[in-house]
Amino acid sequence: MAKITIQNLTKYFGEKLVLDNVSLSIEEHEVVCLIGASGSGKSTLLRCINDLVEFDKGIIELDGVSIHDDKFYKTNELYKRIGIVFQSYNLFAHMNVIKNITLAPRYVHNVPKAEAEAYAMELLNLFELDGYAKSYPEQLSGGQQQRVAIIRAMATRPDVLLLDEITAALDPELIGGVLSIVKDLRENGMTMVIVSHEMGFARDVADRVCFLDQGKIIESAPPENLFSNPENPRTRQFLQRIIEAGRM
Amino acid sequence: MISQKPSQPSSGRRNRKFREKYLPTIISILSVIVIFWAIRSAVINAEQWPRIKAQFFDISAIIEVFPKVLRGFGLNMLVWVISIASIALWALVLAIFRSFSGAWFAPLKIFSIVYIDLLRGLPTLLLVLLFGFGIPALRIPGLPHHSVFWGGIAIVMAYSAYAAEVYRSGMEAIHDGQRAAAKSLGLSQMQALRFAILPQAIRNVVPSLLNLAVALQKDVALLSVLGVRDAVREAQIYTARTFNYSSLIAAALLFLVATIPMARFADYVTRKDQERRLQITR
Ligand SMILES: Nc1ncnc2c1ncn2[C@@H]1O[C@H](COP(=O)(O)OP(=O)(O)OP(=O)(O)O)[C@@H](O)[C@H]1O
Ligand SMILES: [Mg+2]
Repeated sequence: MAKITIQNLTKYFGEKLVLDNVSLSIEEHEVVCLIGASGSGKSTLLRCINDLVEFDKGIIELDGVSIHDDKFYKTNELYKRIGIVFQSYNLFAHMNVIKNITLAPRYVHNVPKAEAEAYAMELLNLFELDGYAKSYPEQLSGGQQQRVAIIRAMATRPDVLLLDEITAALDPELIGGVLSIVKDLRENGMTMVIVSHEMGFARDVADRVCFLDQGKIIESAPPENLFSNPENPRTRQFLQRIIEAGRM
Repeated sequence: MISQKPSQPSSGRRNRKFREKYLPTIISILSVIVIFWAIRSAVINAEQWPRIKAQFFDISAIIEVFPKVLRGFGLNMLVWVISIASIALWALVLAIFRSFSGAWFAPLKIFSIVYIDLLRGLPTLLLVLLFGFGIPALRIPGLPHHSVFWGGIAIVMAYSAYAAEVYRSGMEAIHDGQRAAAKSLGLSQMQALRFAILPQAIRNVVPSLLNLAVALQKDVALLSVLGVRDAVREAQIYTARTFNYSSLIAAALLFLVATIPMARFADYVTRKDQERRLQITR
């Protein structure tokens, strides 16, 4: 059984059709990259998966159970098992790093303080941020903030991570550190759905790349096939533009 | 190697320094003195000055009435402090009600919107009269019937409407990403407010709230229309008895002594807050 199953997902913002009958299933330990032009619905698709936005039609299942099932709704379990990281980090500016990380475990999932902090420190150590537990977000570089945001999303030990253009706001020299974390996570078997404009990274890390165009997944293939031998003319056109922009 | 001795500032340079640094200060001090002196002479030499002086600036009258006015002023400040605390809390509750989304909370949200619209639309004086005279007149058993109490309630209700809007603007200024992050972590609406939104929003609106507190510091004198013996009322009583207005000047001085430092403090906090924001956005 797939980890995540999306069937016939349709989503409107007002009159505008943003996701058009999208179906996609993601296996456990699989890393799927979503690519596509700006406005094609990549972020919206991610946000549907962890119930940040509501959708109009279709069904999304985690381990065969609808994300709207009472099992998830009544227990916050969905938020525990699916973590999301945003382009703009969205760390809580008035809380230090350790508070940011332990907030959800402590107050949503009732993990004792000491235990939550111990696990946070373990993650901070792992990602070489151990000196920054008491720092505030504004005292960190963008790359460090983004790494803290990833740790915050991992603090509830989720089985799925959703990453939405997590390097788009970073200076080039900071991107590497963040991407290497994602590679580590992949090695450890984390199931991930990644929106990225870094085609080189997508090629490296993805098991499968899906190309979204105007709310539809019009091509889906392993990176070596999709990048070197795209079948759909629109995919070809998109990749052509990326190459011209020097991003691949 | 040519070593250069630090050269003494030449007299020309010193001269320029004097001109640039001290001259503007000296000129402004002198001009202020000259202008105020001119105004003073004009006032003092006016035909009516002796009458004005006797009516408004009679030192012995001021000294005579001062203890009573001061006691009244103590009441003003007591009402002020209690009101501030009540307003800060009640307005926060209103702002939270107003921020709720979802069908379950609709009644609270509508209550808050109607409350704020009504109370911002009415003159505070009218509310003070309505509550301060109206409610005690009902003689409802169990309720306090002091004018001060009900007048104070009226002031708190009116100012809370303004303060709630201040809180709301602060909450709306928090970036949507913070809400998205809170929701994605599984925080409930109340938890998101408590942990993520309010601490940041409140910090951002402290300067605006302080400015409301400065305005309130004067408006507590509205209680005098209820016959409450605050500073203004005491001064009026003296005026009615002696036909001398110096007592009102005594009250005015007391208010100034309290409000000017408070306003300066509010300005200072506002400036610090702006500096902090500049640093963050860099
Ligand atoms: N909250 C919203 N309200 C209304 N329309 C929205 C909202 N969020 C997104 N949209 C619209 O939905 C469409 C898809 O947006 P989405 O953010 O999913 O695109 P994206 O593929 O992530 O683009 P980008 O690469 O620029 O991040 C866009 O046309 C956008 O204008
Ligand atoms: Mg996006």
